[in-house]
Amino acid sequence: MVKWSDFERAAIQDIFSKISYDAVGRAALSRCLIVYPWTQRYFGSFGNLYNAAAITTNPKVAAHGKVIMAGLEKAVKNMDDIKTTYKDLSVLHSEKLQVDPDNFNLLGDCLTIVVAGQMGAAFTPEVQGAFQKFLAVVVASLRKQYY
Amino acid sequence: MLSKKEKKLIKEIWERLTPVAEDIGSDALLRMFASYPGTKTYFSHLDISPGSAHLCSHGKKIVLAIAEGAKDISQLTVTLAPLQTLHAYQLRIDPTNFKLLSHCMLVTLACYLGSEFTPVAHAAMDKFLSAFAAVLSEKYR
Repeated sequence: MVKWSDFERAAIQDIFSKISYDAVGRAALSRCLIVYPWTQRYFGSFGNLYNAAAITTNPKVAAHGKVIMAGLEKAVKNMDDIKTTYKDLSVLHSEKLQVDPDNFNLLGDCLTIVVAGQMGAAFTPEVQGAFQKFLAVVVASLRKQYY
Repeated sequence: MLSKKEKKLIKEIWERLTPVAEDIGSDALLRMFASYPGTKTYFSHLDISPGSAHLCSHGKKIVLAIAEGAKDISQLTVTLAPLQTLHAYQLRIDPTNFKLLSHCMLVTLACYLGSEFTPVAHAAMDKFLSAFAAVLSEKYR
């Protein structure tokens, strides 16, 4: 079981209470599709992803960004057992969606950068450390059911 | 692959950051130490606490080297030749760590540049730092 310090717990709850799920979800997913274009392979049904402008204004990208944030919120609300909380999501990603789990880190990095851009100096190295630990647990839990 | 536009953008950004090289560099290093504690093992001979002289001078060194590389990206192998030797034979930092510092550098840029660090700028910068790291590790073996 993952141990969270008081600081880490507070930092993560604080971030998620402050960010706009709509804006951050869309921005993070857009960045992932722009910065790492091979991730577009999983979104063939999303229509126009031809350039940065098309991706940032694509309504399906925005909608899916929201879905991702809702998933992350589940982890924030169950920080002491993300592994169990994510069991079905892990099965979904491995068996139905067949996403290479290395992509989770790419999206996580983009999410970190979007949150950093929004929070500015408030996203201190220590806060970043807590956030990245949280993402590492999320990614590990999502990988768990792959075989 | 970096386009002409991207090379220009990268050059401009690092030109602007050169006067604050110490702040940018030390911030990126602190972020790396906080998120990836294993990286601290390379600095046991320095004082890397926030605001320390070692941290500031080291951060400055790194940013100035990156800025120098950004001035003419097509010449990276020439510009970085002495640093290639240093990293391969003396420092021997495992190259996976270059990715970690690059990521933290991007986070520093996001905090510092805010909305100006657009997805396009982010993509260009990520590609540049990857290329920089690849050239840096060329002499390892």
